[in-house]
Amino acid sequence: MSLTTKDKETVKAFWAKVAPKAEDIGQDALSRMLVVYPQTKTYFAHWKDLSPGSAPVKKHGATVMGGVADAVAKIDDLTSGLLNLSELHAFTLRVDPANFKILAHNILVVFAIRLPNDFTPEVHVAVDKFLAAVARALSEKYR
Amino acid sequence: MVKWTDFERATIQDIFSKIDYEVVGPAAFSRCLIVYPWTQRYFGGFGNLYNAAAITSNPKVAAHGKVVIAGLEKAVKNMDDIKTTYKDLSVLHSEKLQVDPDNFNLLADCLTIVVAGQMGAAFTPEVHAAFQKFLAVVVASLRKQYY
Repeated sequence: MSLTTKDKETVKAFWAKVAPKAEDIGQDALSRMLVVYPQTKTYFAHWKDLSPGSAPVKKHGATVMGGVADAVAKIDDLTSGLLNLSELHAFTLRVDPANFKILAHNILVVFAIRLPNDFTPEVHVAVDKFLAAVARALSEKYR
Repeated sequence: MVKWTDFERATIQDIFSKIDYEVVGPAAFSRCLIVYPWTQRYFGGFGNLYNAAAITSNPKVAAHGKVVIAGLEKAVKNMDDIKTTYKDLSVLHSEKLQVDPDNFNLLADCLTIVVAGQMGAAFTPEVHAAFQKFLAVVVASLRKQYY
């Protein structure tokens, strides 16, 4: 399920619309994930406030979307482009890779809410493939 | 027995009273066939599923989308015993249709995305969580009779 040329073009075109709202979207997706999939809260026990829209959630949502933006820029070689992030997730954060799928789903839900006319089924499949490819690249260094 | 809070109960009833079944059913089902094309394996008799445009305009797809959402309405009307309500549907999917139950989650995800698109900002994290719980119960009930 690798990214075709058309997939990459679709993702980049869609990202141009996402970019101005990226931080908001990141915050919403993360907030949502913590509420809808409470098991993900276990990775953030060190935060004072895990409620939607709280300061740590806002900051981290922006960080995550910054990572996704970076992945869009490096879409032609995600594995080497995201090497440092993979090492971070594998050795320091040790996030179970199943959670990448959960966060990806929540990002897609926020896209549907914020960009309902742009997030067509065709865009949805390309972006879903892209986020899955990002997850694979992030899992690269795990074992 | 699934315990529903007042908020969850009210939220599910509210969502299903507000969405247009004629739109949401077909939209969610066609999105599933487009985003997860391997799900097309169960619909060999549906004609042209060649690309997104064909799927979206396919009348059999639209009709089946309405069947699916009508099935969900049964669960909405019987929230306190979805397991029993879905017993026959579960046997149908397992023995006659032979659907891999992992596909239920794929359709559930697409339905979530379509409902989110319809409701916009009203689909808050708390509403989303209630909807997710409802779909999890529906999926578990549909899986129940598989062996």
